[in-house]
Amino acid sequence: MITESRLKKILHRGDFAVTAECGPPKGADPEVVRNKGKLLKGYVDSANVTDNQTGVVRLCSLAACALLKAEGLDPVLQMVTRDRNRIALQSDVLGASALGIRNILCLSGDHQSFGNQPQAKGVFDIDSVQLIQAVRQMRDAGEIIGGEKLTAPPQLFIGAVANPFADPFKYRAARLATKVEAGAEFIQTQCIFNLKRFKEWMDLVRDYGMDNKVFILGGITPLKSARMAEYMAKQVAGMDVPEEIISRMKAAPAKEQRQEGIKIAVETIQALQEMKGVHGVHIMAIEWEDVVSQIVQEAKLFPRPQV
Amino acid sequence: MITAERKPIAEIKEMLAPYRKILVVGCGSCVAECASGGEKEVGLLSSALRMDAKASGKEIEVKEMTLDRQCVYEFIDQLTDVIHRYDIVLSLACGAGVQAVAEVFPKVLIVPALNTTFLGETKEAGLWVENCRGCGDCKLGVFAAVCPVTRCAKGLFNGPCGGSRTERCEVDPDVPCAWQLIVSRLEDMGRLDLLRKVHPPADWSKQQGKGPRKIRREDQRT
Repeated sequence: MITESRLKKILHRGDFAVTAECGPPKGADPEVVRNKGKLLKGYVDSANVTDNQTGVVRLCSLAACALLKAEGLDPVLQMVTRDRNRIALQSDVLGASALGIRNILCLSGDHQSFGNQPQAKGVFDIDSVQLIQAVRQMRDAGEIIGGEKLTAPPQLFIGAVANPFADPFKYRAARLATKVEAGAEFIQTQCIFNLKRFKEWMDLVRDYGMDNKVFILGGITPLKSARMAEYMAKQVAGMDVPEEIISRMKAAPAKEQRQEGIKIAVETIQALQEMKGVHGVHIMAIEWEDVVSQIVQEAKLFPRPQV
Repeated sequence: MITAERKPIAEIKEMLAPYRKILVVGCGSCVAECASGGEKEVGLLSSALRMDAKASGKEIEVKEMTLDRQCVYEFIDQLTDVIHRYDIVLSLACGAGVQAVAEVFPKVLIVPALNTTFLGETKEAGLWVENCRGCGDCKLGVFAAVCPVTRCAKGLFNGPCGGSRTERCEVDPDVPCAWQLIVSRLEDMGRLDLLRKVHPPADWSKQQGKGPRKIRREDQRT
């Protein structure tokens, strides 16, 4: 039986989608993945599994997605081009579809020098845009790179990422357009703390007419503490945490900082719901998956619609 | 040019340790330009080896020679009458030069004094930067003469990654983001349209091919 992507159905119906990130463990225990899945089930439409995020070796995204699928979730397979060449990537795309995984998110991946294997060779045989194009061609034309026919095409809803906060800013919307032209059907953005800049980016996105061509899910990361806010502002590449967010976190007493972080997340979601062209949110609660249900409920996005 | 850096002296000494008669051979081309393997560096390294041997009470003989090029037979031939008098040859050429000499003298022991690093330019005195990977399929014409294969840490063909801030590369803040350069240069030239099309996957067979690559030009063969 061919199941369909829940995320695709939700977005095509015009519902405001909720996805969340599920980070796999640095070990082989499947229970860790299942337990995280249980925390998210019912509160999100789909769950992303990261692919050796920040270049750190973890249980592979494909296996974790299969485990989540068996728990009744709709997984989003994150696939980076850093570690595998086009032979391996296309092979895994076929394998994912065969296992019933229906969503894929194509990325280039964090550079290997940031991770726990800094001496590894970065593959980057193809880039994220070329991966999007390859998956789209596999699905719609039933062809791999180079034109050879597949016996059966993969069934995948194709996503890409966008960082509205990175440079060169003016080119960022054009870059989104490139990804859409290559075949991306949904976009999950970098965590939004600077709403003003995100709005400016959305204006550019609408100028390009992209809000009608692709579903955009705004990235949300609840802050655990003022220290985390400062760390993300200074140490994490491509992250924009404005001073006002840091001082707001600092103003809260240490014990209440988590609650303040959740409050900021909920307020951001509500602001995004009002923004034309934003079709959902993607919650990345880093090693804090149990907070997702609370955020979804406080943002009044629970219960999730039946499809 | 091909750039190289001298190996640590301890590593060089370890390779030479069992031998007494040493021929130190420099190269007057790229590695002389980047101050790692020319006549001057041959002199400095040879003196260091002699002084070190003297200090440790070891008797060695070090002969210095520098060829115009170690990668071309006509110049390598200058070693023919000399090379067999030595136990070992310490080459200050790039990897291509070391192997070219070894091919000509199959029975001679030859070891490298340099780590060959990259194809690059002299940015300023004492600073060399990589800007070509020799991919065999140059696309500088569409990327405003900035090579994304070499100068973008992820070798991206279709725009910048999400990590560039304040126009610097996330991997090394000393390095400008290659895509920032490409975008602003094309903007200045009014050619941002060149970025609108999706660049297909590169043909890496032109770089890796079937093992080592070769260029054969019939018009150059006599």
